[in-house]
Amino acid sequence: MSALLAVNAVTKRFGGLVAVDNASIEVAQGSITGLIGPNGAGKTTLFTVIAGFEPATSGSVAFEGRDITAMPTHKRAIAGIARTFQIVQPFAGLSVRENIAVGAFLRHPARASALAKADAVGHQVGLGAMLDQSASQLTVAGRKRLELARALATEPKLLLLDEVLAGLNPSEIRDMMPVVQAIRSGGVTILIVEHVMQAVMSLCDSVYVLAQGRIIAAGAPGEVARDPRVIEAYLGHGAAARMQAQAAGGAHA
Amino acid sequence: MTQQPYLPILAVVAGLALLPLGLSSNTVLNFLSFAMIITLAAQGWNILGGYGGQFSFGHAVFFGTGAYGMALLQVRFGVNPWLALPVAMGLGAVVGFAIGYLSFRARLRGSYFALVTLAFAEVFRISANAWGFTGGAAGVLVPLRLDPANMQFADKRIGFWLALAFVAAVLALTLAITRSRFGAQLVAVRENEEAARALGVDALAVKLKAITLSGAITAAAGCLYTQKFLYLDATLAYGPWISVEALLAPIIGGVGTVFGPLVGAVVLLGLGEVTKTVFANLMGGSVPGVDLVVFGVLLIICVAYAPRGVLGLVQGWFRRKASA
Repeated sequence: MSALLAVNAVTKRFGGLVAVDNASIEVAQGSITGLIGPNGAGKTTLFTVIAGFEPATSGSVAFEGRDITAMPTHKRAIAGIARTFQIVQPFAGLSVRENIAVGAFLRHPARASALAKADAVGHQVGLGAMLDQSASQLTVAGRKRLELARALATEPKLLLLDEVLAGLNPSEIRDMMPVVQAIRSGGVTILIVEHVMQAVMSLCDSVYVLAQGRIIAAGAPGEVARDPRVIEAYLGHGAAARMQAQAAGGAHA
Repeated sequence: MTQQPYLPILAVVAGLALLPLGLSSNTVLNFLSFAMIITLAAQGWNILGGYGGQFSFGHAVFFGTGAYGMALLQVRFGVNPWLALPVAMGLGAVVGFAIGYLSFRARLRGSYFALVTLAFAEVFRISANAWGFTGGAAGVLVPLRLDPANMQFADKRIGFWLALAFVAAVLALTLAITRSRFGAQLVAVRENEEAARALGVDALAVKLKAITLSGAITAAAGCLYTQKFLYLDATLAYGPWISVEALLAPIIGGVGTVFGPLVGAVVLLGLGEVTKTVFANLMGGSVPGVDLVVFGVLLIICVAYAPRGVLGLVQGWFRRKASA
């Protein structure tokens, strides 16, 4: 598998704050790659750099082997990179169908075919019954689906999902996971930022862990979850040692 | 989605076109012609402000450019008005593109954009007032020569029908835009520019297209104004009155709707006329500016109680009736 997306040594500074520090990741063609890390680790910032909303302070981003570091956002979408927003950004005054159609118009200039595409994508993500509703009437789960649908309607090669499961209840998460898997089966490569570990573990082929702007671990989800550095990043310094001691103590008793 | 989305436009335009046949009053005809000119200016505003969400407080800059373009091309260069009109519309488009390029590229939005457009209109007004070429403070007089070839009509009804034809064309154009990719992208930019960009919308290009088109349409209103009154000065052409009417009409009629500017212009000017007449009778003489008081009150009522304008009220009323 070749890398569809390669982020090379990207650093993003906001004044004195280094949000992303020399981070390099690769997303293999056809994979679901996870990007996890504690709050404030810089995951969303890295996403905004990949999607072109913020320029990187240094480093480069390559898509399909082409350098896209300086490419404006809308051109990246045309090239095949679509993103969702962690804080959902529906076009509130429009219906669900019209929302999705804005994405569909990217590859379907004619109205009829864009609307047909919007309907198809709406059904695919489970919004089929709500196409004529106003986007502002959707529940949180519905809005997350709408984010996904709009991005998907642009027919991307790479889909950047920023916490599409956050704020959903367990049954909504169970409903959403097959949708994400089906998108990958349809040939779309996915890079996903997620806090819901159960989802990361079962969805991702490989995982990068970001803490304080740096990539501290990478690999298969199971390995990464056992990595002491990752445990410490989430639970604090010395947590891995304490857990090991506890586990050893438990085995002796 | 009906099979014939353009049918309502045809019906409304046909209805309006038949009006003068039953009327002989010059006052009413003058009112109707003027309402069509304001509608046209408002339709231009509505494409940029209503659909694109970029509120301009200075559409006078386009109206005045069209009006002066039309007058000066005839008076100074002897150009036939039928030829001057498209040229003057082109000038409006150029001014629109230039203002758009300067302000949108600088990422001006909301009240900042509104203020910049207001400033542009004032700069144009003061320049036109000072410059000899535009006639300075004395203004420009287009010589009276009633002849259809000269776009001056002895029969006032023809002037009205000409303005109505422009309104009809822009109604159809607006509807076509709402059904196109450009329209979807324009509305997306209005609703959420960041999200639109993420979906591949070139927000700058979309806004530039909208303001260019908006400038051309509002300039056409200026052209028709020149031909109707045959006299211009800087305050008539570039004054705040037309900026205010161009934005009030869509807001009162229904912002970001196809018929909003038409409904709003008729309601606005109709109430203005009625108020002027009533006050003139009450006070025994005309009370200048009393119609502006009514406009202000209407705006407050609209913003507070009917943010979607008259059309929004009517739609809501029908919906309640249907569900009751």
